[in-house]
Amino acid sequence: MAVTRRPPTKSEVRKQQMMAAVNFPLDWLEERSGLIGGVKYFLFRKVPSDTNWMQTLGSATLTAFIVQAVTGVILAMYYKPTPGDAYSSIQNITDHVTMGWLVRGMHKWGASVFIILMFLHMGRVFLFGAYKYPRELNWVVGVLLLLMGMLEGFTGYLLPWDQTAYWATVVGINLNGTAPFLGPWLAQFLRGGQEIGADTLTRFYSMHMLLIPGAIIGLILLHLYLVVRLGVTSPPWSKEEAGRERVDGDGSRPLPSGLTKPVARGAGGAK
Amino acid sequence: MNPEEMPEQEHLPKPTVWPIGFAIGIAVVLVGLIVDPTYIAPVGALIAIVFGVLWARAATSELRGRTTAIEPERREAQVAPAAVSGDGAQPAGERFPRNKFLELSTLGLGGVIGGLVTVPIAGFAVLPSFLGQKHHRTDLGPVSDFAEGQWYISTFMTDPAEGEVSRRTAFVRNNGTTTVEGKAEPSFTIISNHCAHLGCPVQANGPTGAILGMKTISEHTVSGPIKLEPVVPAGFGCPCHGGQYDTEGNRTAGPPVRALDRYAFEIINGRLILLGTFSVAHVDGTGAQAQIHKYKSVGPGEHVDGWEQILYPINPPHN
Repeated sequence: MAVTRRPPTKSEVRKQQMMAAVNFPLDWLEERSGLIGGVKYFLFRKVPSDTNWMQTLGSATLTAFIVQAVTGVILAMYYKPTPGDAYSSIQNITDHVTMGWLVRGMHKWGASVFIILMFLHMGRVFLFGAYKYPRELNWVVGVLLLLMGMLEGFTGYLLPWDQTAYWATVVGINLNGTAPFLGPWLAQFLRGGQEIGADTLTRFYSMHMLLIPGAIIGLILLHLYLVVRLGVTSPPWSKEEAGRERVDGDGSRPLPSGLTKPVARGAGGAK
Repeated sequence: MNPEEMPEQEHLPKPTVWPIGFAIGIAVVLVGLIVDPTYIAPVGALIAIVFGVLWARAATSELRGRTTAIEPERREAQVAPAAVSGDGAQPAGERFPRNKFLELSTLGLGGVIGGLVTVPIAGFAVLPSFLGQKHHRTDLGPVSDFAEGQWYISTFMTDPAEGEVSRRTAFVRNNGTTTVEGKAEPSFTIISNHCAHLGCPVQANGPTGAILGMKTISEHTVSGPIKLEPVVPAGFGCPCHGGQYDTEGNRTAGPPVRALDRYAFEIINGRLILLGTFSVAHVDGTGAQAQIHKYKSVGPGEHVDGWEQILYPINPPHN
C-alpha cells in the first residue's frame, strides 16, 4: 500500500523541533549517566492496585524531614551556639530577620509534625502487617530512624537556651545518667564534662545539625532502597492472594538476587 | 516455581503461647521491683526465663530438627590431572594468587588508614568529657559575713571566665565552732541546690531577705560577685517533681534517692572557700553535731547506699 507523504506543516515542524530540544539534554544525560532511567525506575514502580492513602504517610514523613533540613540550614546562618549569644540570636531571628519568625516557626512546629508522622507511619506499617517477611529489616531500620528523630528532638530542645531548654536538658541528661552501669558515663559524655556549660551547647548543636541528620539521611536511603527492592504491601483487606507477584509473576522478569521466589506483595490478603 | 504452587506461609513460625507467659513474667518483674524487689521480682524473673527458654525452643524447633546434608569433598579429582601430565610444568594452581594478595593488601591498608584516622577522632570526641576536669575553688568572702545560725542563699560563679553559665547556688549556714580532737574548728553546713532526683534547682521553703527585714550581702571576691541572701527555711523543695528535704538535706518526700549533695570547704585567712561537692546518703543529727554519711560525688538519681548502689559500680572521674 502506498503511503502518501505530504510535507509537514509549519506547526508540526515546530512541534518536532520542540521535542528534539527537550529530548536532547535528557538523552545526553541518560547516555552518560543512566540517571533518567534510574529516576524512572525509582519513581514509576508497580504498586498493588489497592494501595491506600494511609500508605502516603512514609512520604509525608520524608517531606517533613526535608522541611526540617532546609529550614535548619537557614536557621544555622543566624544562630550563634554560645551561652552568651544563643538566646539573643534566637530573639533576633524571631523579631528582626526578615521572615525569620516564619522559618523558625516552621522548624519548631515541623519538629512535632515529623515525630507525629513517624508514629502514624509506624502505626500504619504495624496495622497493615507490612513488617512481616521479607520486610523485617525495614522495620528495624525504621525503628532506628525513630530513635534518631527523638535524639534530634532532645538535642534541638536545648538550642534556644532559655530556662525551659536549660532545665529540660539538665533533667534529660540526668535521666540518662541514672541508667545502670554506663549511665553516668553517657551523661558526662553528653554534657561534655561534669556540668552543663558552653561545651554542652556546642556539642548538642553539632549533634543536632551534623551527626544525627547525617545518620538519618543514610538510614532513609537504606529505608527507601528496601522499599524499592521489596515493593509496597497491599492493605490487609486486599482481594489479592498473598504470596503472589501481581504483574510480573509469569517469570518474564528475573527475580532480585538472593530471592528464590517472588516476593510476597500482599501481607494478609483474603484467601 | 510457579506462584500457584508456592506453599503458603512457609516462613511464619507456628503460633505458641510461650510469648504470653514471657510477657507476664516481665510484667511481674516490673511490678515486683516497685512492690517487693526481694520476693516478687525474682519470681517474675523465673517465669520470664522459663517461658523465654520455651519460646526460644519453640521458635528454633524447625532449625534444630533439620539435618544438613554435606557434600563430600572431591579433592583427588583436581589433583589428578597434574599428576597425570607428569612434566610438572603447569602447577595445579598458584598457592597464593596475585589477585588474592592485592585484595587482602587493599583491605588491610584501607583498614589501617581507617583506624589511624578514626582512633584520634573518636578520642577527641569522647575523652575531653572525662579528662582534665577543672577543680573549682570559690571564695565566698569573709566568715564574718555569715551570722551564726543564719541560713544564706549564696550565689556565685565557679568559673568567672566561663560566665553566667557557671553560676551556682548553695545554702550556707554558719554553725559556729565545734571541738574536734580538742581544737576549736569552725563548722559550716553548705548544701548544694542540685536536686538529688534529676538535678533541678532546689528552693528554700521559707521567707527571705526583705520579708525578714534583713539585708542581702554583696561581696566582690577573686571569684567574682557573690550574693548572700538571708533565709529562714523550713526545708528545701524542688519545683520540678516535688522532691522535699529537711534543713540538713535529708529527703523527706518525693522521688529523690538520697540527701542533697554538700560542698566541701576550708577557711583560709578568715575567708570561706568552697571546694568540690560530695554526695550524701543521709545525715544524722544537725548542725555542728551532724553525722554525715558522705560518698564520692555522683550524679543526681544515683544511689550511693542500699542494694541499688550495685547498679553504678564505676563512676566517671569527678571532683
